[in-house]
Order: sequence, then structure tokens, then C-alpha cells
Amino acid sequence: MIQIRDLHKHFGDLHVLKGINLDVNKGEVLSIIGSSGSGKSTLLYCINGLETIQQGTVHINGTDVHAKNTDINKLRQKLGMVFQQWNSFPHLTTLENVALAPRIVKGKSKEEALELAAKQLKHVGLGDKLKNYPVSLSGGQQQRLAIARALAMEPEYMLFDEATSALDPEKVGEVLDTMRLLAEEGMTMICVTHEMSFAREVSDRVAYFHEGIMEEIGPPQQVFEDAQSEHTRKFLMNVR
Amino acid sequence: MQEPISFFTGFNPNDLWFLGEAALKTLWISILSITVGSVLGCIFGWILHESRFAGGIILAPILDVFRSVPLIIQLVLFYNFAPIVGLDLNPFLSGVVILTFYTASLVSNVARGGIESVDMSMRRASRSLGLTYWQDLFHVVLPIGGRTVFPAWIGVVLGVMKDSALVSVLGYVELLKASQILITRTQEPLLILSIAGVFYFALSYPISLYASRFEKRWAK
Repeated sequence: MIQIRDLHKHFGDLHVLKGINLDVNKGEVLSIIGSSGSGKSTLLYCINGLETIQQGTVHINGTDVHAKNTDINKLRQKLGMVFQQWNSFPHLTTLENVALAPRIVKGKSKEEALELAAKQLKHVGLGDKLKNYPVSLSGGQQQRLAIARALAMEPEYMLFDEATSALDPEKVGEVLDTMRLLAEEGMTMICVTHEMSFAREVSDRVAYFHEGIMEEIGPPQQVFEDAQSEHTRKFLMNVR
Repeated sequence: MQEPISFFTGFNPNDLWFLGEAALKTLWISILSITVGSVLGCIFGWILHESRFAGGIILAPILDVFRSVPLIIQLVLFYNFAPIVGLDLNPFLSGVVILTFYTASLVSNVARGGIESVDMSMRRASRSLGLTYWQDLFHVVLPIGGRTVFPAWIGVVLGVMKDSALVSVLGYVELLKASQILITRTQEPLLILSIAGVFYFALSYPISLYASRFEKRWAK
């Protein structure tokens, strides 16, 4: 499980996260909503150690992410991450994109890695694009490629950082469907998202962030219908 | 009547061999300097990118000197002053040393540009997959950034190849020096310089040809 205790993050004078406490259990789907600059994405970066923290702790299965003696590269294999920009490696085919990390990080043989990559690409519906270069794929396809690439490391957790925000509106659905599929398969997921219908229908819990504070967390029903905080109600009113 | 003594003799086919051999020397000195200089330049470029102190304060000014002072001055100064500190190098080695540093100073900025052309977000994505810093650098940054700055690097290669002609001032008989020798003997500068030009072209053209083929293949 992921345990976050009293997490503080500063960017210079900017206090981005102001004491976050959060537990995410295995098998759970947590959506994080909130306006831009509320610290949602930064939280994800702190969870897999892409950002340093100034105070508090993050534990993954009991391992302290930010401890000096933690092998962060090993720990990150447990945490798949999908970004707003899809970041496909342009010099590799989709198959090689997915096979790269299993091959060089996990030391799998080339055949093994390619086989695994093909399996994951079929899983996200890109079975017919194995030999394509990313440049010939649409945004939605590239984002699904990014999901397959993360899945190929066989992670226990998936972090989604506004995975659909940079997509053309008509491509959002296919990526959300893939995320839905993962949730149904029991993947533990933390999704920073602006897709309220996704947050509502797929999540087990929804958290609302406001200016670096987690103001609200609970089952979707409760957050969407009966929010306790004034800010949450205002936000939800505006996005609907 | 006594035959007049002739100081000059005409251009003969053997002279072509002489020029050809000199062209090989130009090629050799270029390959050596460009290879070592490029590797060194990549390391320097990485330092410029990574370290504000070692890169920005120490290395950058030194590289600026090598980039800004005309090569011919660097060559003459180094060749004549190196013996003072006990480095007694022949013209060939002096030429290689200076051309190497000159190449490195040009490549360092190309390399830094290459590293910086790879988006922060891309590097985070590769790190998030569990790649170490070095794996990210070699498997993601090098191939992606390398392709971006490849044309700039080819520009440096062709430039250095032509600039290697300046090593002739140290007395090393490469293509340009060989041409000068023949001109003195035959008094036919137009012909000989044209031939030397053709040799330089023959050395450079395959490189630009291969380069554009690579670029076309990558563009697919």
C-alpha cells in the first residue's frame, strides 16, 4: 500500500503541498480532482521520487521513497506512470518502445521483452500497430502506448497524471476506456484527472485538492453529492 | 649555345600520387582529431549541461578560447610554446592535439544542445520506468538528442576537415602543403589548386551524402 504522512513540498517560496496524509490500499482506484496549481500532479511526482520533498514521508509497501538508502530505480518498477504528454520514444517502434525498459532495466532477453511488449500492446488495443513508429499514431494511440509501456514493467501501482488533458476531445474516450479496463482488472490506480464522469464512475474514492491541501476525500457519491467543504462545492459547480 | 638551366618542371602523373598521399594524410589527421574531439566534446557538453560550477565557471571559458581564437594562431602558438613546458611534439601530433581541442570545443555546444533538446517530461517518463540516470542518458537522450543535432555535428566535421589544411603552417605535408610544394615547382597554381580542391571535395562529399541518407532514414 501507499502511505503518505505529513508531506510538504516547496518550489522555492511556493508552498505546493501543505501536509498531505493519505493511504491508498491495494486494488483501490483513487481519483484526485482540483483546479490547476492545487498540487495534484506534484503529489504524484513525490510518490515515485521524481520530485524531492521537504518534510514528511512516502512509503510504498513499507519502503521509504525518499530515504537515502532506498534504491529508487528498483522501487519505480512497482510504480507505472502515465503523463499528460505521452512521451513516446520517437526513434523506436511501438514494440521497441514497450520492450526497452523490460530489456535494459529488468535484464530480460530480447525475445522475451518483445513478446511481453506485444502482449501489452494487444491489451491496450494496439495489436495492429506493433511495427509503427509513434509519429504515425494519433494522440490517443500514443497515450495507450504509454500505458502499455508502463504496464510492461508489471507495476503494482499506476499513477495517471492528467492522462487525457492533452488529447483531442474525440480521443479522450479510448484512453479512458483503457484506464477503465485496468481498474476492472484490479490495478491499484491514482488518477489525477479533470474527467469528472471517470472520477465518479470508476473510482473507489475521490480526493479534492485546494491550494496544496487535501480538503475532501471519500466515496464518489459523498464527494459529488454531499461535499463538506465550501471549495469542493464551488469547484464541482463550475466543472459541471 | 648552352641549354638554359630549368628551375621548373611541368606537372606529371606522379605528382597526382603525391597529392593523393597528402590527401590520405589530411583524411588521417581529420579522422583522428574528429573522433577523439567528438568524444571529448560529448563529455564536455554533458558537463556544461549538468554542472553549473565545473561547466559554467571553469570549462565554458576555456572552450570559448578554443572556439574564438583563429585556428592558425592556436597551431603556431602551441607548436612553438609546447617545447617550453617539455612537450616536444612533431608537427603531426601538434596538429592533432590542437584540432582535437578545437573540435571538442565546437562539439561540446552541439552536444549540450542535443541533451537539452530532449524534453524534461520525456526524461521523467523514462526514469519513471525504472531506468537509471545513465540508462536514460544512453538509451533515450543519446539517440533522440543525437538525431536532433546530427546535421550540426556533420557541419562541424566538414568544417574541421577543411580547417585541417592549416596544419600545413607547421610544415606537415598534408593536402594543402603538398599543393604548395608542387606549385613552387611547376608554377601552375590554377591546375594544382583545382586538383587539391577536387580531392577535398572527394573527401567531404561522401560524408554529406551518407549524412543526408541517415537523416532521410530517420525521418521515416
